[in-house]
This record gives sequence, structure tokens and C-alpha cells, in this order.
Amino acid sequence: MVQFTLPKNSKIGAGKTVPAPPGAKAVRTFRIYRWNPDEGGNPTLDAFEVDTTDCPMVLDALIKIKNETDATLTFRRSCREGMCGSCAMNVDGTNTLACIKPIADVSGEIRVYPLPHLPVIKDLVPDLTTFFAQYASIQPWLQSETAAPMRERLQSPEDRAALDGSWECILCACCSTSCPSYWWNGDRFLGPATLLQAHRWLTDSRDEHTGDRLDYLEDPHRLYRCHTIMNCVAACPKGLNPAKAIAEIKKMLLERQS
Amino acid sequence: MPTPRPLSPHLQVYRWQWTMVLSILHRVTGISLGLGTVLLAWWLLAAATGPGAFAVARAFIGSIPGRLVLLSFTFALFFHLANGVRHLFWDFGMGLERHTARRSGWIAFLAAIVLTVVAWELGYLMRDGAAL
Repeated sequence: MVQFTLPKNSKIGAGKTVPAPPGAKAVRTFRIYRWNPDEGGNPTLDAFEVDTTDCPMVLDALIKIKNETDATLTFRRSCREGMCGSCAMNVDGTNTLACIKPIADVSGEIRVYPLPHLPVIKDLVPDLTTFFAQYASIQPWLQSETAAPMRERLQSPEDRAALDGSWECILCACCSTSCPSYWWNGDRFLGPATLLQAHRWLTDSRDEHTGDRLDYLEDPHRLYRCHTIMNCVAACPKGLNPAKAIAEIKKMLLERQS
Repeated sequence: MPTPRPLSPHLQVYRWQWTMVLSILHRVTGISLGLGTVLLAWWLLAAATGPGAFAVARAFIGSIPGRLVLLSFTFALFFHLANGVRHLFWDFGMGLERHTARRSGWIAFLAAIVLTVVAWELGYLMRDGAAL
């Protein structure tokens, strides 16, 4: 359902300001979304003034705040090099991975919010249960009827190349949570990330369940809520193109009718 | 009972960029075309009704607010047309790369402006020509 404004309990109030320690150099102000389930109340936007001398990336600054200023600041992170997708968040108005977002790319204050339009568990940690349930719903594994060979299933280099642009996806959810269609219909529309993976299994030369997969996707909500807004393409930190994958799925559905 | 979780901000914080702007402009122009068609129907009905009714419609369209409405209608028509062609290419799976889509968006927007100016220029030329 389209609801342009935030629910009453989600409106963001003013928060505290933590000034930089004396003698700090290269000070940048981070305005960070905070919400603590144990305290309840509304979310706030806290300001932290950080010495960013040793912090090339936004994640480095978040870790510095957690280590030195406020240990309760909560966010997901793991690989800190753009491989795991844990630190996906909204930085300076667009979704990205905090670990590969240079602080120097942002002018002025650096605003950090959790991924958009999701229930917040704490601070920058959103609830991705629905997102991963949708991913599971496309059955993202190889399905084949022919007897399994004694060794691995071989692919020609061309068939393997068809998977380029989709296997690189790390399911960080930056694209899906940048999509206005997913904001309004995220309960029924599968969203760009899941559809990119659906396309990955549709194009896999070893998969034999293409028909079943297309049957599942042929639905006004699961697939056709994509209106080619292209926010997903603009957001993807890995430079992938879910919009193109979705267009290809629509073409496949059209082609099998003729 | 656990505290109900807040919803993270979306439209409130997301940076407006070419993708969203063009998409929402396509919707807005589509809706305005629908509304504008009502005005067009009124103009045609007035013409069919008689000189009195037509004079009223003509006076409104010729007025400054009327001309502004007509100008917006012309732009809506050309933008929706140009961006519609863009969508047509996308439906063939073409032009979906980030840079191509960005460029075609600008082209659609500029084409709409140019076509609007040309249409109005032609309109005024024809009106002045008829007066001679």
C-alpha cells in the first residue's frame, strides 16, 4: 500500500550531539539514525563529530564511533571490502555498502539511515526476513530431472558467460530497498534482487525447471510491479543491472506465449 | 510485549535522482493527459453546441491561465510520448544500461521541451498567418 508519510512511531526526532575530542583533525559530522527497542520511543538522529584521519570509508567511521565514543551504536558488518553485503545502508540519500563508500564522496554532513522502508530491529539494522523469504520462494538452487552425472555438470564457456552479471550479486538488498515499487508493494512484489536471481536460474543451461520458474513469476505482483524506475540500477554497489534481468524475464514470458 | 518496530525512512531521505524524477514525471504527465482530455472534450462539445458556447471555451483557452494549461498539456503530451518510446525500447530489452538509460532520459526530456516550443511556434505562426 502506498503510504508516503512515516507511521507515527517512526517519525524521527532530534538526538544528541557528540563533539569531536580536542585536537581532532579532519572532523566530519555524521548524523546517524538511532532506535533502541529497550528504550522504545521514536527514532532519533544523533550527531557524531569524528576525526576521519584514519577513516577512508563510511564504515571505518562507524567502527571508530562504536570503539571510541558510543559502544551501543549497532550496525551489521563483516568483510569490510564489499564482498559480504552486511553493511548495506542508506548513506547520503542512496543505498550502498558503507565499507566501499568513501567519506570524501560526500560533501557536508554525512547522513546514515538503515535501508529504506523496512522494520528496524535496532539503529542501522533492519529486518530482512521478508527479503530472504522472497529469495527462498524462487527456489534458488539447480533443479534438474536428468540423472545426475558422476562428476560435475559441465557448461560451455558461452553458457557460463550467460550467468555473468547475476552471480556477482551478494544479496545486500541495496537495490530492492531503493525501489519505490518495492516500498509500496514489498509484501507481494519480489523486488529487483530476487528477480535478478530468478533470472539467473532461468538462464542457467543446466537447470531444467524453466517452465515452473516462469509459472511462478507470471503474476501481476511478483514480477509486473516493476515499472522500470531504474533506482535499482543506480543503487547497486556491484554495478549489476536488475532492471535488464527483469525485462528479460518479461520477454521470456511473452515468447513462450507465441 | 516487545516495542513495535519503527519503519525506516524512505521517500523522506532518499536522494532525488534522474531515475525517480523521470518515472514520476511520466506518471504525472499521464494523469494530466487524462484530465486535459476532459478539457479537449469540453472544447469540442462547445464547438458542436453553437457560437455562444464556443466563444466561452475560446475565451478561456485564449486567456493567460488557459494558455498556461494548454502549454502544460502540450508538454505533458510530448514528454509522455517521448518517454513512452523509451519504455517501448526497454520492453524489447534495449537501452537498459545505466548510462544509456540516463542519456535517453535526458533526450526524452529535452525532446519534449523542443517539441513543445516548436508546436507553439507553429501555432502562433498559423494564427498570425490567418489574421493576415
